[in-house]
Amino acid sequence: MNETFVGMPAFPEAAREALDDTTLRGNLRHATHTIRAKRAATVAEVSDWAELREAGSRIKEHTLRHLDRYLEQLEESVTAAGGTVHWAADAAEANRIVTELVRETGESEVVKVKSMATQEIGLNEALEAAGIRAYETDLAELIVQLGEDRPSHILVPAIHRNRAEIRDIFRTAMAGWGRPAPEGLSDRPAELAEAARLHLREKFLRAKVGVSGANFMVAETGTMVVVESEGNGRMCLTLPETLISVVGIEKVVPTWRDLEVFLQTLPRSSTAERMNPYTSMWTGTTDGDGPRAFHLVLLDNGRTDTLADEVGRQALRCIRCSACLNVCPVYERAGGHAYGSVYPGPIGAILSPQLRGTASEIDVSLPYASSLCGACYEVCPVAIDIPEVLVRLRERVVEGGPAVREGNRVVLRPARGHAAERAAMRAARWTFTHPGALRTGQRLASRARRLRPRTLPGPGAAWTATRDLPEVPAEPFRDWWERTRGGKEETT
Amino acid sequence: MSDRERVLGRVRRALADVPEDDTPYERAVPRDYAREHGTRTVAETVELLAENLADYRAVVHRCAEAELPALLARLLVARGARKVLAPDGLPSAWLADADLVAVPDLAASTPYELDAVDSVVTGCAVAVAETGTLVLDGGPGQGRRRITLVPDHHICVVRVPEQVVASVPQALERLSPTRPLTWISGPSATSDIELDRVEGVHGPRTLEVVLAGVIPSVGGTGQADGTPASVGE
Repeated sequence: MNETFVGMPAFPEAAREALDDTTLRGNLRHATHTIRAKRAATVAEVSDWAELREAGSRIKEHTLRHLDRYLEQLEESVTAAGGTVHWAADAAEANRIVTELVRETGESEVVKVKSMATQEIGLNEALEAAGIRAYETDLAELIVQLGEDRPSHILVPAIHRNRAEIRDIFRTAMAGWGRPAPEGLSDRPAELAEAARLHLREKFLRAKVGVSGANFMVAETGTMVVVESEGNGRMCLTLPETLISVVGIEKVVPTWRDLEVFLQTLPRSSTAERMNPYTSMWTGTTDGDGPRAFHLVLLDNGRTDTLADEVGRQALRCIRCSACLNVCPVYERAGGHAYGSVYPGPIGAILSPQLRGTASEIDVSLPYASSLCGACYEVCPVAIDIPEVLVRLRERVVEGGPAVREGNRVVLRPARGHAAERAAMRAARWTFTHPGALRTGQRLASRARRLRPRTLPGPGAAWTATRDLPEVPAEPFRDWWERTRGGKEETT
Repeated sequence: MSDRERVLGRVRRALADVPEDDTPYERAVPRDYAREHGTRTVAETVELLAENLADYRAVVHRCAEAELPALLARLLVARGARKVLAPDGLPSAWLADADLVAVPDLAASTPYELDAVDSVVTGCAVAVAETGTLVLDGGPGQGRRRITLVPDHHICVVRVPEQVVASVPQALERLSPTRPLTWISGPSATSDIELDRVEGVHGPRTLEVVLAGVIPSVGGTGQADGTPASVGE
């Protein structure tokens, strides 16, 4: 991944800002709890969820273990169907290829389907630098683009914005990008969606070049699959003359039949629907229907480095459903921006440091952006053991060790700044092995509890920066037990 | 070295720890998930399709095949549609009762011309009951992908029971990946604003589905038509 989120502070610092924003916390809490409840209900509708999850996990695992073979097969199938395949080892190469392809069409604007891969490589910025304007057409991406903002959720990138904020963004910024917002625009979601429809339709109808990602690529047939809701995807995939899809190499699946698993698990895990409103599948080009030219850019950008780690490679199974974000207690409070990458939440915490390496402060902090509660693993439709990978990455941060960067074997040194954690653990061990000291300390704390600070000094400050310090009880538990013998005195 | 060789080389080196495994793919993945969820009669499968379509805010109508022209005429009048797009292969009898300006589906039509169309009437390739999904594959009566996208009103005719399957696995078996496929579950929708669902962002804001054919009576197993098998299997 490249500089999309350059200069991001490390996770604890970024999360602290988010925690002070009560509007953001309210928006996030509402959104994650709503979708969490809906997901559980839709998943409960299918009796074979465990079997589907196992099959999905095994399909992805098998594909990764034979990735070279399936990528070559995919290339052959896409080419045979009339498409052109390009390979990009990194973001710069992918951006160069797409820019060249757009230039060859003579066009200076493109319409885009929501795509994590193109955000990861900073494609819009690269096109802008080449004098090509890229229009995001997913409603949430439009809100993010017009608001000069960053996405904060994989599925609902503008989840941190409420309706009043969205209305203000439309009123202020739409005119600078095309058709202005209608007069007297209110903050009703239906009116806001209508404003987006009018604003974007003029772009769809004149567009000559579309840019997309893909949810799945079928090696056997060369078929590309895009799953969406609004129809903006269909507009970008079928109206332009040229279609360029930038897709991570991990999105390939072996056979047509494999789609029967993911078309059942993805919608239920992501939007909690039985099926999303629109799914497009295309294989190369079709005479007289859709784009005349189709280009597939296969993107590595850190994926093969991730593949080299036998524990961490399971992160590449991810189908970007975002179920793990919606159940994560840390994501719910910190929001997506704190993760400093286009992949927030639990999956971001394991994907970003593997794709980008752990050289930066934010990437070193991401494996710690979790309480290891395991809820993310429970909901994952391809059974990625996120806690296992987090622990693996923590070990790498603290201990260092061998890793692969840009295809080369390297030996990482331990990251600085983890001495305080080791010191705290040593102090805890001493206290717990000296009961007298513990008892005295607890009594003192109870008597002085009115003097309790909001934050701890010293190394403890890091803990209280993102949490409320618990109330100290009026009496230590041991004293209460001795006085009441477990509450018997009070009940009898 | 080209990026192709670079990426494939990295993949092979990354997998150096993975033991050789020649298990054929058919045996590498357990497929013990259900081919369909539950056991339904043909009638119940069609009923489920209707329910799930309606649940996603499609407007569902039913009629016998012979009643199609009258019903379609009525739906188009109710909509006030004059310019109606009818793709090649749509039975001409279907729109025989309607007073309209028929717009053909031409490769040369511009998106702006399609935007001026009031309604589009199509058939489909298959419909999935469990998910309330229509699949169009560009076959006769279905036209190019864009004609069911740009106009604001789409009427889709599903022949029941023969075009109905119970589940996603059964639908994929019937479809060919060599054709461009569009899966439609209800009208275009977004939940991007505070997760409030709003219908109709960029595709047709109104989706009407006509279940046409001899509609088997609804009920449990053991009725006159009711073999407890999935439709179309």
